[in-house]
Amino acid sequence: MLDADFFRRWMTAAHTAVDQEADRLTELDSPIGDADHGSNLRRGFAAVTAALEKEAPATPGAVLTLAGRQLISTVGGASGPLYGTLLRRTGKALGDEAEVSEADLARALRTGVEAVATLGGAAPGDKTMLDALVPAADALGESFDAARRAAAEGAEATTPLQARKGRASYLGERSIGHEDPGAASSALLISALARTAGAAEVAE
Amino acid sequence: MKMLINVAETVVADALRGMAAAHPELTVDVENRVIVRRDAPVAGKVALVSGGGSGHEPLHGGFVGPGMLSAACPGEVFTSPVPDQMVRAAAAVDSGAGVLFIIKNYTGDVLNFEMAAELAEDEGIRVAKVLVDDDVAVTDSSFTAGRRGTGATLFVEKLAGAAADEGMPLERVEAIARQVNENARSFGVALGASTTPAKGSPTFDLPPGQLELGIGIHGEPGRERRPMMTSHEIADFAVDAVLDDLRPSDPVLVLVNGMGATPLLELYGFNAEVQRVLSERGVPVARTLVGNYVTSLDMAGASVTLCQADEELLRLWDAPVSTPGLRWGR
Repeated sequence: MLDADFFRRWMTAAHTAVDQEADRLTELDSPIGDADHGSNLRRGFAAVTAALEKEAPATPGAVLTLAGRQLISTVGGASGPLYGTLLRRTGKALGDEAEVSEADLARALRTGVEAVATLGGAAPGDKTMLDALVPAADALGESFDAARRAAAEGAEATTPLQARKGRASYLGERSIGHEDPGAASSALLISALARTAGAAEVAE
Repeated sequence: MKMLINVAETVVADALRGMAAAHPELTVDVENRVIVRRDAPVAGKVALVSGGGSGHEPLHGGFVGPGMLSAACPGEVFTSPVPDQMVRAAAAVDSGAGVLFIIKNYTGDVLNFEMAAELAEDEGIRVAKVLVDDDVAVTDSSFTAGRRGTGATLFVEKLAGAAADEGMPLERVEAIARQVNENARSFGVALGASTTPAKGSPTFDLPPGQLELGIGIHGEPGRERRPMMTSHEIADFAVDAVLDDLRPSDPVLVLVNGMGATPLLELYGFNAEVQRVLSERGVPVARTLVGNYVTSLDMAGASVTLCQADEELLRLWDAPVSTPGLRWGR
């Protein structure tokens, strides 16, 4: 079972990963976006960890809801509302339980991913964060590591695609040949989740 | 790339502090990133709130003041502001007559402003929204997020601002803003890429001897690259791209806009060519504005925006305006 502390550690791990990979995300965002995805997410997750240290919510749902609200309030751009909605809706779907199962998390994440798709009006194959998140949510029912692999493969598979949503879509065919930065950062988020779970398994 | 900054993280806050010092007629909330005209809320009048990423100065903060915006929300460089800023701005300027959100069509701006509109309405503020999408370089189809909002934003903010100043109700101010957007089209060219403080190197690679046609205002490449052209040829290309989409029957307002790193000497020369093309195509010009108004940091290049204007829009254009970036008639 996963408790609030597990989710806090996931968010901290995500913050660390975004911090370490910020330059790469910004580099990915340079040919097809406006070269700020890394710095924007870094600012957002720094606010998330600061808020979680201050408030220490008691349930998994409350941790993710607070994290999502922080991202909406600090990131800006399209990533703020989209990432914020992902975590907020996933958190809400987890409800008020003090502990949740992996299966609960898989179901809740699917709800969060669907909310992102609705908000952004995108679908898998549009070269967006959904290309990493949808397969990850599907694979999470199997294992954390399967979700990590699915997200990474999904992100990589955006490279040959032509963007149909967001700013990269303005480039048309010229968006082909670049990994989508949103899919890449989503893969980091899921990888941080798998690492957090791995660490928990080792600790047990 | 050398920049006159301290560190990338404080670029926006530093600029806002400097703006506050230069413009005592504005209230600049540096911490929360909201710029408000000092006499707001103006009793009985509709308020206009706009915003978007920083790096497009004087848009939008430089257009706050009598006759134009009531408040502006600057985001990070090239990044939409967050809903908290817009809600704070709306609350600061609403006199009870309602607030018009002016939103450029970018996914981030749209998502954040829509969230903000919901939150503001929860607080009892009447909000109307207008989406600016004038850029003909990207066509609307099921495969794109629609046209971008660029130079026409200035026309929407000026003309709707004048309408609000005249005391028109929210529905009417909103209708005028929509009319302006529907009658305005833009096209931009870049001679060099912009450099964001966060990245520190050009956002795309434009070799010497080449130019980008159909660029936006976020340092993103355009729709096509060609060998360098003369001002004469660029004017033909840009104006024709606009006129392919907008066939004005009324005289037009012309905005020849610099992207930040092109001197006025070149912009005025380019305007001469733009006026020549319009004359050759039989399009009468009512008013012309030349300068750096909707910029993209240090991008070299220019955009042309045409807005078909009936007598009411012309009257609103000529109405007094008093902002850091646009000022006449007072």
